[in-house]
Amino acid sequence: MEPKDIHERLKETFGAKIASSVLEAIDPYLVVETAAIAEVCRYLKEEPDLAFDTLMCLSGVDTKEKLQVVYHLYSIARRHRVVLKVETPREGEPSVPTVSHLWGTADFHEREAYDMFGFRFEGHPDLRRILCPDDWEGYPLRKDYVYPETYRDIDNRQVETRDA
Amino acid sequence: MPDVRTEEMVLNMGPQHPSTHGVFRAELVTDGEIVTAVRPHVGYLHRCFEKHAENLSYTGVIPFTDRLDYLASMNQNFGFVLAVEKMLGLEVPERADYIRVIMAELNRMASHLMMVGHMGTDAGAITPILYGFRDREYILDLFEEVSGARLLYNYYRVGGVIADLTPKFVEKTRKFLDYIGPMIDDFDQLLSYNKIFLGRTVGVGILPPEVAINYAVTGPNLRGSGVNWDLRRDEPYSIYPKLSFDVIVGKEGPGVVGDSWNRYWVRVQEIRESAKIVRQALDGLPEGEFIRAPKNVRPPKGADLYHRTETPRGELGYYIISDGTPTPFRVKVRSPGFVHISAIPAFCTNIMVADLVMSMGTLDFVMGEVDR
Repeated sequence: MEPKDIHERLKETFGAKIASSVLEAIDPYLVVETAAIAEVCRYLKEEPDLAFDTLMCLSGVDTKEKLQVVYHLYSIARRHRVVLKVETPREGEPSVPTVSHLWGTADFHEREAYDMFGFRFEGHPDLRRILCPDDWEGYPLRKDYVYPETYRDIDNRQVETRDA
Repeated sequence: MPDVRTEEMVLNMGPQHPSTHGVFRAELVTDGEIVTAVRPHVGYLHRCFEKHAENLSYTGVIPFTDRLDYLASMNQNFGFVLAVEKMLGLEVPERADYIRVIMAELNRMASHLMMVGHMGTDAGAITPILYGFRDREYILDLFEEVSGARLLYNYYRVGGVIADLTPKFVEKTRKFLDYIGPMIDDFDQLLSYNKIFLGRTVGVGILPPEVAINYAVTGPNLRGSGVNWDLRRDEPYSIYPKLSFDVIVGKEGPGVVGDSWNRYWVRVQEIRESAKIVRQALDGLPEGEFIRAPKNVRPPKGADLYHRTETPRGELGYYIISDGTPTPFRVKVRSPGFVHISAIPAFCTNIMVADLVMSMGTLDFVMGEVDR
């Protein structure tokens, strides 16, 4: 299916749960209400003519105004793709429903997004840091992240700013 | 002995372990020799690639992509420049396209040779790794000829490649292609149908196609599971539509579809296919410029794009967001190895520890791209 048809279909089915649909971008995308993302994904996966059987990529994004989770879905069976975005406020640890029960790929990718941006994926079976050490503080890929000066007594400052 | 009591033991395999191919730790729950559960732990090689990329120019990111999958650096470069070019709407000279595909396929051969050799060692055979390394050496020499480097090439640029092919390179590559065919036959004779090797790999670590698709396993591992899927053919980029090659898919006999043997065998056959592609590309190599660099690399504000290419390990995706400056706003790498490791718990349970080594070894992940 063409992106336009998929977007139309989702807007018809989910109505207000689809916040907007952008077709003019290089990768056309839909912005979905955060609370509805798991429901929309289940629909995309289980409808036989949509059949989105793989989650290619799940990325966290910090746009400086808000945080986003971007889902790139592809259907090997039907050979079409769709991009979904959900937006959350930047404060604290925003909660997003998990899709790890639908696609195995989401397991590690959601852990990575948690590690780097601090999303709480509700319902994820094992939400821990994955690339950073377990006792790391802060979310490194947020735009306002401040590099820690020390980590476990390791001096992490730039050489010029260190005390003599 | 009626009162023998056994209990589960948790065993750490790695982070420093020869068969994990890098710093990777698997936490095994074992019942005697049987692994009942695996928990993979990654991140030991995390070098903040994505954070670095947000502070560098687009061209500055290219050498960092080399270091993702250091066994197939050309392919990592390739994916990144293609993504940026697509954002810019940039056409590259035809010669550059051909050179890129030649390099990417040579690197695929080098990477597969390495994997095939290592797999022999995983199974306890020392000879294959010597064969693999010997043949890979020829390819590294070729890369050295054009890029000056043997491992991290930094060869692709937005708009083309950094240096033209030398006449000597073309001649040497042709010689190499004549040479490699019989060597792959050697591999088949030495290893592929060797009775001991078959005993170690057939039916071991079967990855069912539906699990593979659900975990977005890609590349030779997915094809080993019998799914006919190759981005070079199914979502073609560069000059792949002009080239004819076969997509190798796992088969029944002597292996079982989806087992370690098929993952191995698919790679051996892909070396032949890559040789076929390089030969065609050399034959069709047009004259002309090898780079048409844009004045500045500055994709339009707000553009975002997910672009994926087929590397020796599978689907490598770059998700890039631009804010209109010469520095990317966000670069996310979707690496095949990261995904493949996440699939280990789904299909590597209730097998012997030695078979786990085999199943993981044939997934062929490189920790550089897993941890980024």
